[in-house]
Amino acid sequence: MANTQAFCSQAKVDFMNGLHALGASVIRGATTKDVYNSALYLVSATRNATDTVYNTTGEVSGTNYSAGGVVVTTATGPQLDTTTAHFTPSASIVFSNVTLATAFDACIIYNDTSATKLQISVHTFGSQTVTAGDFTLTMPTDDGTTGLIRIA
Amino acid sequence: MTIVTTTKGDMDTSLLVRKDGNMEDDNEITNWIEYYLDGELVHRSVHVHLKRNVFSESVIQPF
Repeated sequence: MANTQAFCSQAKVDFMNGLHALGASVIRGATTKDVYNSALYLVSATRNATDTVYNTTGEVSGTNYSAGGVVVTTATGPQLDTTTAHFTPSASIVFSNVTLATAFDACIIYNDTSATKLQISVHTFGSQTVTAGDFTLTMPTDDGTTGLIRIA
Repeated sequence: MTIVTTTKGDMDTSLLVRKDGNMEDDNEITNWIEYYLDGELVHRSVHVHLKRNVFSESVIQPF
């Protein structure tokens, strides 16, 4: 046998589940998972890797769209695929019967349970508008290759 | 009879002109449906299937 330097695979899932706190953390009131939301952003917005929290700057507005977006379904938690931890919302993200007349091309996923609405990710797509209709985002296969959020 | 939401309220699709579109690239597969009434866009729905994910690589630094 030999020792092998490694970032332990299960630790990647554990980070996703908030089981490590290498820096100052927060007091959690329960062991239940947090609630995550998805919000849409205009083409003119600047959402990127430097984001830290949800905010309304550049967020879309329109009929039947509420600031903050919609809840993301998280029935399936983070999993490990060989050495890659992955998480994908377990249902499509749907904005129903909205009118969004100004072009948008991004959504974010953020923690709605956290006090500051900590942001996880930004996802972009082709510029769209919606008129009295649904905007639906369907998810890629939830595995180590295509899962929506991955730590390899 | 198929009813669709429009800017004029719910309408029978038989009264409208339907236009479908789609595009695919490395990032997404997108389909959209538009309905027009007398040339005016009264409904547009969009379905985006995300193909790309966000990815973070974990690294440990040797001593």
